[in-house]
Amino acid sequence: MDLHTLTIAKAQELLSQGAISSVELTQAFLDRVDLYEGRIGAFITLDKKDALAQAGVADEHIAAGNQAPFTGIPIALKDLLCTRGVKTTCGSKILGNFVPQYDATVVEKLKKENAVLIGKTNLDEFAMGSSTENSAFKITKNPWNQDHVPGGSSGGSAAAVAAQFCCAALGTDTGGSIRQPASHCSVVGLKPTYGRVSRFGLVSYASSLDQIGPITRDVTDAAMMMNLICGNDSKDSTSARQKVPDFTTALDQFEKNSLKGMKAGIPKEYLGVEGIDPEVLAMFDQAKTILESLGVEIVEISLPHTPYVVAAYYIIAPCEASSNLARFDGVRYGIRDSESDDLIEMYKKTKSSGFGPEVQRRIIIGTYALSAGYYDAYYGRASQVRTLIMEDFSKAFDHCDLILSPVAPTPAFKIGENTGDPLTMYLSDIFTLSANMAGVPGISVPAGFSRAGLPMGIQMMANHFDEMSLLRAGFGFERALDLKPGFPSL
Amino acid sequence: MMKISTDEIEKMAHLARLKIDDPLKEALSYQLSHILDYIDTLKDVNVEGVIPASGAAFLNTVLREDILGDSPGPDVTLANAPERDQDFYTVPRVVK
Repeated sequence: MDLHTLTIAKAQELLSQGAISSVELTQAFLDRVDLYEGRIGAFITLDKKDALAQAGVADEHIAAGNQAPFTGIPIALKDLLCTRGVKTTCGSKILGNFVPQYDATVVEKLKKENAVLIGKTNLDEFAMGSSTENSAFKITKNPWNQDHVPGGSSGGSAAAVAAQFCCAALGTDTGGSIRQPASHCSVVGLKPTYGRVSRFGLVSYASSLDQIGPITRDVTDAAMMMNLICGNDSKDSTSARQKVPDFTTALDQFEKNSLKGMKAGIPKEYLGVEGIDPEVLAMFDQAKTILESLGVEIVEISLPHTPYVVAAYYIIAPCEASSNLARFDGVRYGIRDSESDDLIEMYKKTKSSGFGPEVQRRIIIGTYALSAGYYDAYYGRASQVRTLIMEDFSKAFDHCDLILSPVAPTPAFKIGENTGDPLTMYLSDIFTLSANMAGVPGISVPAGFSRAGLPMGIQMMANHFDEMSLLRAGFGFERALDLKPGFPSL
Repeated sequence: MMKISTDEIEKMAHLARLKIDDPLKEALSYQLSHILDYIDTLKDVNVEGVIPASGAAFLNTVLREDILGDSPGPDVTLANAPERDQDFYTVPRVVK
């Protein structure tokens, strides 16, 4: 049996039967890492001895009859999530030596169940990017074709799941950073409703948009991870008080009623977007047909402010970033330029030697858009447009349960292809940014391959706190499509 | 003309406490002007009377009782300090 291909659900079952141990399972992933990590570059930090020690402890708990859903399951974490005693770099030189003294709430939840935290994955610096090329440490390669990017910013997490270095991973999504790399790597990615998951211990990029979510092999595993990570947290004042359902019952709903009675809207503005690859359109048409065959009624809807989403996002996110990243000043953590004997000079040298070009670019944009004389024209106006985008979604969900689109306008581009042109990179986020602007949940489900063998995914968005519809429809779609191959050959 | 000049880049860099060298100033002036031209499409939207969104959270002000907890202590708090003097963070002298 190839232990490295196991889903969370299957691994959990075999662990509970005593058919495998967590040490064996963890070792199987570590063997894959030994063979292929040199070619993929998914991890920033990986401590094999520590992972096996965690697995040993998990095995003792299972033997003693204390098996929780994630006990002994190897999970990778985006290196933007604080882990007590384990370096957390955010993909940045400025935090290259940062060792958190506490765990993020999601990490605490995994530890409470004795999951095996196998390593910290690569990302675009502070999650700013769509390709994982903006990491200060390495470029992660797409497991399906190593000349191509894995997407970003959670590219290391998506690549680690696709390359079978772990059962599943956590990522974060500020403008598509879970869904887009999931799509490019043919794995499942879910961005929960804003507030569903505590952001405590997630290093902030844009606090009104950031959300943590699962990257998994299949929709069932995404539902299982949602059960673990969701819920109110007194340490995050924006975390929601909504009741958390058992998300795996969404799969039972599909078993019972297929997707009958569900309505999916396709925004007429989306298909007119410039630069959509014809292969992506063909994949999308096929996905529509599959959903219809399962009982979904497809309707046309309108999200009239779609043409303004990218512009509004690339004001709001950099404004929040310029404020959030001011804390990295060489005083409390991270690197410091020790040469300067003047305070302001020390700040400047520390930041400019510690932050990479994309981060400095966004800080400057944010500072400009918030500065006296420009605030109303940029930040103020973008925030008003955000209200209109939110209203578009709220009206659309009067007419449908799901909104369907491709995840990205093209399959993964080649490494280096877009690095010189930030605006083109920003425009490729068109389908994923809206969910963050409106705070609604979105899922990316593998939906096919281009002729060149690169993965493509479909996105479904639902109304606030209706992840159940995403999981039900995603599960049905995944089962009906039965996409092959399930794994890249490395 | 560039929408955002190298002088303005310099000013923003100072406000953001960044040290940007001349070649990068030129590049940023060009890139940011290009990006801001695109962002100007926002001017086409009628936003009269629209209340700006402050975020995506659905909540009222969250209040809770203050609860006394344990302090992690200076060694934990200062564990990542690049430079410290006993239980204090240190910075270059500001009063001369």
